[in-house]
Amino acid sequence: MTAIDPPVLTADGTPLKASLRRALRREKARAFLLVSPLLFFVLLTFIAPIADMLFRSVENGIVHDTIPRTVQALRNWDPGESEVPGDDVFEAFYTDMVFAVERKSHTRLGSRLNYERTGLASLFRKSGRRVGKFDTKDYADAFNTLDPAWGNPATWDVLAGSEAANLPRTASAYATWLEVIQADGDDPLGEEPWDVLYAALFSDLMQAPAGGFASPLLNDAQSAAARFEPISLREQFGAIDEDWLDPQVWRTIQTYAARYTPGYFLNSVDLKLTADGVQYRDEGDRIYVLLFGRTLYMSLVITISCILLGYPVAFLLANLPLRTANLLMILVLLPFWTSLLVRTSSWKVLLQQQGVINDILVALRFVDDASRLVLINNQTGTIIAMTHILLPFMILPLYSVMKTIPPAYVRAAKSLGATDWTAFWRIYFPNSVPGIGAGSVLVFILAIGYYITPELVGGTRGVFISNRIAYHISSSLNWGLAAALGTILLFAVLMLYWTYDKIVGIDNVKLGG
Amino acid sequence: MGASRTADNFVVFEKVQKSYDGETLVVKDLNLSIAKGEFLTMLGPSGSGKTTCLMMLAGFETATHGEILLDGKPINNIPPHKRGIGMVFQNYALFPHMTVAENLAFPLEVRKIGKTEREEKVQRALGMVQMGEFGGRRPAQLSGGQQQRIALARALVFEPELVLMDEPLGALDKQLREHMQFEITNLAHELGITTVYVTHDQTEALTMSDRVAVFDDGRIQQLAAPDVLYEEPENSFVAQFIGENNTLLGKVESIMNGNCTVSLDSGEIIDAKAVNVSSVGERTLVSIRPERVEINKSRLMEGAHTLKAEVLEFIYMGDVFRTRLRVAGKDDFVVKTRNAPDQVRLEAGKIIELGWLPDDCRALDA
Ligand SMILES: Nc1ncnc2c1ncn2[C@@H]1O[C@H](COP(=O)(O)OP(=O)(O)O)[C@@H](O)[C@H]1O
Ligand SMILES: [Mg+2]
Repeated sequence: MTAIDPPVLTADGTPLKASLRRALRREKARAFLLVSPLLFFVLLTFIAPIADMLFRSVENGIVHDTIPRTVQALRNWDPGESEVPGDDVFEAFYTDMVFAVERKSHTRLGSRLNYERTGLASLFRKSGRRVGKFDTKDYADAFNTLDPAWGNPATWDVLAGSEAANLPRTASAYATWLEVIQADGDDPLGEEPWDVLYAALFSDLMQAPAGGFASPLLNDAQSAAARFEPISLREQFGAIDEDWLDPQVWRTIQTYAARYTPGYFLNSVDLKLTADGVQYRDEGDRIYVLLFGRTLYMSLVITISCILLGYPVAFLLANLPLRTANLLMILVLLPFWTSLLVRTSSWKVLLQQQGVINDILVALRFVDDASRLVLINNQTGTIIAMTHILLPFMILPLYSVMKTIPPAYVRAAKSLGATDWTAFWRIYFPNSVPGIGAGSVLVFILAIGYYITPELVGGTRGVFISNRIAYHISSSLNWGLAAALGTILLFAVLMLYWTYDKIVGIDNVKLGG
Repeated sequence: MGASRTADNFVVFEKVQKSYDGETLVVKDLNLSIAKGEFLTMLGPSGSGKTTCLMMLAGFETATHGEILLDGKPINNIPPHKRGIGMVFQNYALFPHMTVAENLAFPLEVRKIGKTEREEKVQRALGMVQMGEFGGRRPAQLSGGQQQRIALARALVFEPELVLMDEPLGALDKQLREHMQFEITNLAHELGITTVYVTHDQTEALTMSDRVAVFDDGRIQQLAAPDVLYEEPENSFVAQFIGENNTLLGKVESIMNGNCTVSLDSGEIIDAKAVNVSSVGERTLVSIRPERVEINKSRLMEGAHTLKAEVLEFIYMGDVFRTRLRVAGKDDFVVKTRNAPDQVRLEAGKIIELGWLPDDCRALDA
């Protein structure tokens, strides 16, 4: 053979490969067309929410978006100092807060920061009510007495354009003010400029080089402002609440200023991000590692109970005559046709201390009336109810694998001299292991994310991590944390899947004949 | 019986009946003795009860009625694993999760045979089927023929005195099947084991067996050596099931000294051997093997019977010619002639005269 073979050609001289590719393209296009509705549906309802969840678990734009000037100003503050940040930070915070209050976004920010430091939610709410009544009104009066032009928004509009380089705070505050007014549907030219603009102007004038403005109005204002009584915004905030003078508050804001944060994930494993690095949460607040551990442990117990209970049933199903097997199969599938809620509630009836099972046990004198068994609102209840609910998911894969084991195997083993037990254990069982694997993966993955049943019968000690996720989604509204917990759960499942694939091989999982 | 009891009656079925559903009998009154070292084949169409018989012998089904004896002892109540019968299944039933060597070692392990002896026996059994190098493979890595050999070796490795095989070659292609037929018979005779072999392939049954039991409808229709079975079928089922066969329907006119005259439905009167007819006037099916019919008038033997025939089709098959003719009103009458230099090749449409010896023409039940 020569080193380079000429490409194989078809009868009309085109290369065979190209011709084949063309022939396959149509088929591929058709196949794609057939799956595209499902693909679209899956993308929309599955991939997109997961992507959104992954994003939310690290996303932290709220701090940056609500108080951008403060975040900017805090960059230059060294949190090592036990001092409160300087006036510039308070000035920036004042501007941010005024607009945040107008946009009603300050309470959300408060809630967000409250996850990291309790008390901040109420601090923000309280400050929101008072921030409009600061003494900065005095600046407004002073400027207006100096020149009535300051009461006209048109003046501001011109200056924020032409003098923006020397009036950075004013320009940015004016821009936001315009947005806020217009968002309300009002005409800015008909409004009176707010105190916050005067405060920004005062601050700019104090810091600009003397007489460096092109506009005489500004130069006049600058020389006059030097004589104004300066108002300390730090004191104004301190007057609302002492906490604003606590460096820890500012550290928290600074730590969570970044657009993306590992904070939710750290929180998910009972850690927290502080200015001094990652630390354990307080003893009493550590719940998530315990919950994850409990979820894994209980899922494992449930999976094992399902194997122990499901294996004999699947064996019977696979080996009974067809008609009997069908009847039994209906019994196995019956739970699927009953509402999950109904089944779970009936477990409540059965398992209560005054419930059916306890009554029977007492009647049979197995337990004393005074010491009725606690079978519900604890881990026992969750394990019993969930084993029952997930049992079909173990039986069906087991059954479909067992169905494919030829009866000749066991017969062969017996003809070779094996007792019933040896034939089962050495021949039948090893061939049914893929079914156990498939069932276990299914049951374990379902159990790990189960929510309704533990919620109803688990009490406080039998709940899963998923119940906590649900709590954060619907009650505490801490979606970031819920997303981080969910993401951890998702990766735990993927890891599990991967490990299983490495050890047993996914190809060996048989869900159907 | 006495001394001959175990030699000639190693396996005995005594009036065995079997029903699965309590309504129909799948095996009806089976009586069969198998001698030690014999190669006996159960041959019959699908559904005739062969597998059921084998399973009763192996212990996987219980006889509804009757007794099965192995080496003089009734085994109805002995569980399969204590019977010590080797078995080869249709789809081999090799354990997929074990290597070939582990498969072979399995019967030895459950018999608690020591490791060194075990390995030695496994190696010997593998050598026996020329698969010495394949001990480390999984069954899935073997071809069908190789799996077949392993299944055979596994059934033999614990040195059973009786081996059962249920259509063991059914899944192999023709060439391999013929080769394995030869190997299995050789092995069985070499080791002197008694073999009960089930098949629906008559060629296989004829070439391999000492005796063949032809099954139909839960009964043994005939139990005989292959040549007897082919040449002297006792009833029309056997005659038609084994080999190719021309049949003519008619009525018995007279019976004398084991011969009879039959008037065919088309009017001709012919002589035949009275095999399965007992009274004059009875309906009968006359059977003649295609190769026993002579179409060359000059070669017709003394006493041969002749009939007119119209050639319908001539098929050249290499070693033989197959001619289809219309004889006595039937147009599926086939004649097979050897491809010899002086053999005539008949053309369709030609009217000829053909004939056969009355001894080759057997009057059977209709
Ligand atoms: N386990 C069974 N249950 C019910 N009927 C069966 C069973 N096995 C076989 N039969 C019936 O018994 C008859 C004989 O079957 P079988 O012994 O397998 O025939 P063969 O092996 O000659 O093809 C068939 O009609 C079949 O349907
Ligand atoms: Mg069969």
